[in-house]
Amino acid sequence: MSRYAGFLPVNVITGFLGSGKTTLLKRLLESPDMADTAVLINEFGEVGLDHHLLEQVDENIVMLQSGCLCCTIRDDLATSMRDLWERRAAGEFGFRRLVVETTGLADPAPIIYTLMADPVIRYHFRLGNIITTIDAVNGLQQLDRQPESVKQAAVADRIVLTKTDIADDDEAALRDRLRDLNPAAPIFLAQEKLTAKKLLTSDLYDPKSKTREVAHWIDAEAFAADDHHHRHDVNRHAGDIRSFCLTFDGSLDWTAFGIWLTMLLQAHGVDVLRVKGLLNVKGMPGPVAIHGVQHVVHPPVHLKRWPDDDRRSRIVFIVRGLERGAIEASLTAFNGLAQGRDAAA
Amino acid sequence: MCGLCGILGPDEHWTDSDDSLKQRAGAETRRRERAYQVALTNRVLGHYGLKMADWQGASFVVSNRTGASEVIDHFAALWPTAEKMTKTVCDPLDPGLIAALEPT
Repeated sequence: MSRYAGFLPVNVITGFLGSGKTTLLKRLLESPDMADTAVLINEFGEVGLDHHLLEQVDENIVMLQSGCLCCTIRDDLATSMRDLWERRAAGEFGFRRLVVETTGLADPAPIIYTLMADPVIRYHFRLGNIITTIDAVNGLQQLDRQPESVKQAAVADRIVLTKTDIADDDEAALRDRLRDLNPAAPIFLAQEKLTAKKLLTSDLYDPKSKTREVAHWIDAEAFAADDHHHRHDVNRHAGDIRSFCLTFDGSLDWTAFGIWLTMLLQAHGVDVLRVKGLLNVKGMPGPVAIHGVQHVVHPPVHLKRWPDDDRRSRIVFIVRGLERGAIEASLTAFNGLAQGRDAAA
Repeated sequence: MCGLCGILGPDEHWTDSDDSLKQRAGAETRRRERAYQVALTNRVLGHYGLKMADWQGASFVVSNRTGASEVIDHFAALWPTAEKMTKTVCDPLDPGLIAALEPT
């Protein structure tokens, strides 16, 4: 397992205004699994209501001062995380996990970007996963009208539907929309017994995590089912955000892949909200997990074993306005450069 | 590039991480991997009239057909530098580039 397994996991809880992020966080923090957890809350507006709801863990809470994480506060997030790390190193308090709760209007990508790109933070913390709360009462409307809401759903590793007990609307329509946007993210109900383990503490880089988590992380079957059952009316997504999974038979050449992805993210990074994949790399015994957000790629992780018998490379893209066919043709062409490897080198 | 950069060395790029190239170091030396990376990159850069060369295993030199060149410390700087030198977006989704990469 990678050295990144030793880095502190960061869970990001996001979701639109009033979608129940803090209520969910409060419940999760009651779990014994969440002992030794520090929490960063992004206060929005003049009154830090969220802070009052979380007073019982205030020792480890650092309030971000104002505004939205995606623009004005990104530096604050980095500063707060560095401060937490220094206090931990100084022995002020120990924590083994950090939860960041975003504002309802936050674009989650810059938060993830901060985790991956900050020169200090990226050597101490790693992204655990992203949990997005969706309000079953207003969720469909928000997905229609609020680009932030679409982005929050699109980048999620897990989705939690809240307020399903008071929703009049058809929950199935909301689930369809979410599956269309992000087929790989499992959908939970806030009403069910949600454990920290189910939502937060099991992730790809956790040495205790089973291969099931890997399969979960890149659920190619969900995309296959989505392709089969859903029409792809891309115009119905706010901001033209869509997700798809590419599969490649045979092995990929790591060098060709690296050239291709760095070039893709340079040219189109702003429209690649998330890319994650399990690659069958030529010369490697197990799969290589890659994970990128916009212009940044997390250091790849070599995994010991495949989650199932499928040895094909699988790459999930969540993009805005980019065509699946163009991406597939491009990667195929770049990988083809490696056919005459010995001659090239 | 200054001498200090050469001593300190560039920051690690994700394509060059512990979990990728180094795991294969037994089969292929790092030097050979780098030569391979340069060769493959040049197949793409050729479409834009550019060429990349290794500089002592520590950085790269990107040059164009008129002889102008730029030193980059890090593979991550390649595409921004190529775009600056060509004054065009180096787009891997460009059908013209994809066609140029097809075997002849």
